[in-house]
Amino acid sequence: MLDKFGIAKRIAKELKDGYYVNLGIGIPTLVANYVPEGIEVILQSENGLLGIGPFPYADEVDPDLINAGKQTVTTTKGSSFFDSATSFGMIRSGRVDLTVLGAMEVAENGDIANWKIPGKMVKGMGGAMDLVASAKNIIVAMQHVNKAGESKLLKRCSLPITGLGCVKKIVTELGVFDIVAEGFQLIERAPGISVDYIKEKTEGNLLVIGEIPEMVI
Amino acid sequence: MFKKVVSNADEAIKDIHDGAVIMLGGFGLCGIPENCITALVKKGVKNLTCISNNAGVDEFGIGLMLKTRQVKKMISSYVGENAEFERQLLSGELEVELIPQGTLATRCMATGYGMPAIFTPAGVGTEVANGKEERDFAGKKYLMEYAFNSDFAIVKAWKGDTHGNLIFKATARNLNPLMAMAGKITIAEVEELYEPGELDPDQIHTPGIYVNKIFQGVDYEKRIEQITTRLKN
Repeated sequence: MLDKFGIAKRIAKELKDGYYVNLGIGIPTLVANYVPEGIEVILQSENGLLGIGPFPYADEVDPDLINAGKQTVTTTKGSSFFDSATSFGMIRSGRVDLTVLGAMEVAENGDIANWKIPGKMVKGMGGAMDLVASAKNIIVAMQHVNKAGESKLLKRCSLPITGLGCVKKIVTELGVFDIVAEGFQLIERAPGISVDYIKEKTEGNLLVIGEIPEMVI
Repeated sequence: MFKKVVSNADEAIKDIHDGAVIMLGGFGLCGIPENCITALVKKGVKNLTCISNNAGVDEFGIGLMLKTRQVKKMISSYVGENAEFERQLLSGELEVELIPQGTLATRCMATGYGMPAIFTPAGVGTEVANGKEERDFAGKKYLMEYAFNSDFAIVKAWKGDTHGNLIFKATARNLNPLMAMAGKITIAEVEELYEPGELDPDQIHTPGIYVNKIFQGVDYEKRIEQITTRLKN
């Protein structure tokens, strides 16, 4: 079983040289720490920065320089700042190659729910609805089951939808899944996890074709 | 002679009345008009509708105006990090309209560009789409979202001149230049105020024509929501 760092590491293997990437808050942010050797990616922050650098040293913290999670960051060489309309313009017009998001639920048709729990959580969607409506390639980083042990990979989302049919790939602590016409296709198993265990923890239709390799991270 | 310069925040916001619709720039606490928020709390105007990406935190930013119950309605994209906000919302004291961040930004832009509405795919098939016109372009669905109609826009810039030209710093730019273009009356507070000609025209983000009042702010606190650092070896 993977921990959150393992999930981030596995997603980092999906990065390709020359990609512009938007990383959501939480596990997706961790992906930046595992960019494979020899490839260059540029990270986009929806609040108006292309070229997010590492966290600053204590003596270079700048309150005017934050990421979408409101954390202090730095810039990389060759970065740029822009307003929020330009930021979502580059997202909407398909310039961002990969978006990595967290989710509360994903359905077997690629629907995602990650912005609201009615009567409980009223934080809002931020940029998530814009991202899922326009991104070409969305990978979801999430826990496979909730705290009660119930599957979060569902036939249909039970929570309010963020976007329809948009998720392409999911990485959970149990494995890697592609969203295909028939549902969740199991691509890789997490170390030490059996196909049967994954079946048991997946409510949506799980497609298992042939021998499923254990992931190497 | 252009007379846009006012002496301070109290002077700048003096025409803001009860029930006004105001835009406030900033992302989280980054690039928020601190001086004007303090002045609005002091003036005590009530029943405000605030259009702002976030709602501040409990003891800072728009959170200060929520504490004093001056806000009737918030139009925002993300309102976490504010316990008082959540309490007022769940108890029904505060009305909130949550909209996608790109929609918020582009609706501001539409206002500033003199366009009545935009089409965006954000929110199609979600509860955000309720009651909105949907249109199909080249096989993809889009929602029609109207430009904003706001009485005042209050923005914070790094540098400005007495003609109202503005330059923003780093990610403190965010929604500020868009809102600056979208207020019927736009108020800008700046960290550094210059005479005409002292700022390079090539570096201006917001042309002065959009700004009605400008003043040099004081005592910027610039609180940080999450200080994240790395260690030097």
